[in-house]
Order: sequence, then structure tokens, then C-alpha cells
Amino acid sequence: MVVELFLDLRSQPCRALFIFAKKNNIPFEFKDVELLKGHHLSEEFGKVNVLKKVPALKDGAFTLAESIAILLYLSRKFNTPDHWYPSDLQKRARVDEYLSWHQPGRGGQPFSPEKLEEAVEELNSALKQFEEKFLQDKPFIVGNEISLADLVAIVELMQPVGCGCDIFENRPKLVEWRSRVEEAVGKELFQQAHEIILNVKNMSTTQLPPELREHVKQFLKP
Amino acid sequence: MGIELYLDLLSSPCRSVYIFAKKNNIPFTFKQMEVLKDLVKGHSDGFGKVNILRKVPALKDGGFTLAESPAILTYLSQTYKTPDHWYPLDMKKRARVDEYLSWHHSTIRSSVFKIFWLKVRDLNIQSWTSYEALEDLTIPLKQLEEKFLQDKPFLVGNMISLADLVAVTELMQVRLIAIGYNILEDMPKLVEWRNRVEKAVGKELFQEAHKVILNFQDLNSMLTEPQLKEQMKPRLLKMVA
Repeated sequence: MVVELFLDLRSQPCRALFIFAKKNNIPFEFKDVELLKGHHLSEEFGKVNVLKKVPALKDGAFTLAESIAILLYLSRKFNTPDHWYPSDLQKRARVDEYLSWHQPGRGGQPFSPEKLEEAVEELNSALKQFEEKFLQDKPFIVGNEISLADLVAIVELMQPVGCGCDIFENRPKLVEWRSRVEEAVGKELFQQAHEIILNVKNMSTTQLPPELREHVKQFLKP
Repeated sequence: MGIELYLDLLSSPCRSVYIFAKKNNIPFTFKQMEVLKDLVKGHSDGFGKVNILRKVPALKDGGFTLAESPAILTYLSQTYKTPDHWYPLDMKKRARVDEYLSWHHSTIRSSVFKIFWLKVRDLNIQSWTSYEALEDLTIPLKQLEEKFLQDKPFLVGNMISLADLVAVTELMQVRLIAIGYNILEDMPKLVEWRNRVEKAVGKELFQEAHKVILNFQDLNSMLTEPQLKEQMKPRLLKMVA
């Protein structure tokens, strides 16, 4: 009986899971849960995840919520290569540290003009911390190879890109790191996972209006 | 040279790390941090070198430094090979602990964090019922009971785990709001669970870790220092926005 993953690829943690499972050839059934259509609120989905959130996993009778828990469960069950979640306890702790820091207090909201400045300021600050504390001068967050930390980070940073806000602009270090991550994941898989958010039509509700885009661009300069 | 733990027991994640280390007889040097004063003071104390994020709790193990309480807790449990029930080897049970720790962060922790700073800002507010943040806890507490605890003695089974420790130390933070205010009042199942957790930890250790929170008078005088409050104001406003 195959693992079922309940995903909406518009959501960052869902993409991380999708990429991880595909990259590691983990057999799974993709169960599409369209948040915009309210699929997550259905009674049926409630049986899989009473918290009514994606992503969710169903492995026989065992159901699991929270993307970090699911990523770790899959890495253990399918014995994925060590670099994703190292057995070396200090390297592992670094991944855990990043995954914990990364967690937002509240779910991603679309930009609203009033809170725009604040949101951009927070984003700038997060990007700065990311570069200075986590990435530093290493090729990846936890050393020389890609780990769950990079995966979780990259899908998050791609989200504003999908909303018309290229946070990679003017940040060469991040651009280089992104290339490395894309290459490690595989360009095709990376594109496939991000297809839905990079297609403007799919993101019309979260698109930044053109007049605000320039404004944000100015603020986003490091 | 043993490990150093940078802690301020005013902070709930610090208490969970403290209790875990003590309960498991993990030798460590307690490095006292002061979360409130630190907001105001300059960064001349060298802590920045330990933890560039200037957060507590933080761990220093020789040249290795670590922030984020879930990372510290699991690092300690694995490094010191603590009894299995804290962070079980069984994949599914471990997943349940991971699931709780992750969920906790964006729900209960998030609201309690806000409540704490609201209290610091509005120390003289008599009516704690005016805090919206308290209402924010209603649904998470219900989920805690119905999704996570259900009919089990502890969150992940028959024995205490990291999940229970993190949950209870966080909920204790709400005691800051008013002496005797018990957020679990109308939820007897959670009250019983909380008592079981305290017992599993050991009453003495539990009380010791929560001394600062339970010593309300001292906290009041610490927080009313006028210079402290003035200097904290801009940051406070940001935190509770």
C-alpha cells in the first residue's frame, strides 16, 4: 500500500515535500487538495488531517500533519541519502535549527498595501539573517551538500517570486545558492514543482498589483 | 569542558531545556541570560558570538553552538542517549513528537509569546480578559485536547516525551497574566494531563524551573522599572503588532 501525500503545490511546504519525495524516488500517490477551492475543509480531508491543513500524509492507517514531521518520517522510512538529514548529530542539529527558525508564526498572507512596508522590512531582515547566520560562505546551509534545510528554504523564497516579487534580484550570494540547489534537485523537477506558482494566471489572487511592485522593489534592495 | 546552556527561566523554551537537562542529569553550566534587560542593553556581553540570533535558549558544546529549543532538545536527547520515551526511536512515535513540536511553534507558542509581551507592555491592566491573544488560544487548546492528547495519558502515548514538556512549560507562561489565573480551568482533561506531566518531571524540579514565573511580585517590580519600559517601548510595539 502506497503512501498518500495530500498537497497543494501553491503552498511552500507542499513543494518541499513534493521535491523531496520525487527526488528520492519515493513511491507515493499525489492527492491534490486545492486550498482555493476549499478542498481542505471537506469532511473527507478532515479524516486525514483534523487540523485541515496541507501537507498531510497517509500511510495505511497512520496519518501525519506538519511538513517537517512528514519530511523526517519519509527520510527515515525510505532511508534517503545521509546528506538530507545527516546522522552526524551536530550536522543534524544544524538542519533542525534551520527548520525551527524558518517556521513562520502565521501562514503566508498575500501582501496588503497597508502592511506592505512592514512585510518587506521583515522579509529584508529574514533574508539578511538567512545569509549571515545560516548560509554564510558555505555552498549549502549545512555544509557541502544539499539538506532538508536548503529545500525548505528555497521553496519559501520562491513564493514571493510567484507573487511578482523577485527577492533574488541584487542578492548575488542567494542567486548562486539557488543555482546550486536547483542543480542538486534537478532543474526539471524544480521547474515542475514551481510551475503552478510561476504561472501568473494561477496566482492572480496573490499577485502584487503593478504599481506596488516598483515600490516593493525599492524596499527590497539589500 | 562540559556544555553551557544560556537560559533565562522567564522564557518557556528555556524552561523546557532546563527541565530536560536536569531531569536527565546532563551536566551543564547554567549561563544566566536576562531577556528583558538584554533588549535594552548593548551587545557587549559576548553573547552575540554564541548566538548571532541573540535568542535564548542557546547551547555551547566546545566550538559548537546551537539555537532553537526543538533543535537543542533533540540534540541533547540523542547525544546523551536519554531514555527512549523522550524522543522515541520508533518512526511513527517519533513522527508524533516532531508533529507536535512543529504545530506547537506556530500556534500555542505564537499566542503565548504575544500574551507575555502584552503583559510587559500593559502591566497595570486589571482585566486580562481584554487580551485578544487569550482568545487566540481557545482553538489551539481544543486541538491540543482533541487531536494530540485524545484519551492517552501523554501526548504521544503512555509516557512523557519532549512534546509534553514543551507544551506544559509554554502553558505555564500564561500564569503571568494574573495570580491564580488558570487557562486550563474549563478543560479537566488537560488539567489532569498537566498534573501527570508535573509528576513525571518531579514536582520539585518543576517548581524550581517555574519559580520566576510563579513569583509574581518579583516579576512585577522587574517589569515596572520605568527606564526599562521606556527603552523597550519601540520594540514592544513591534512584537505585539
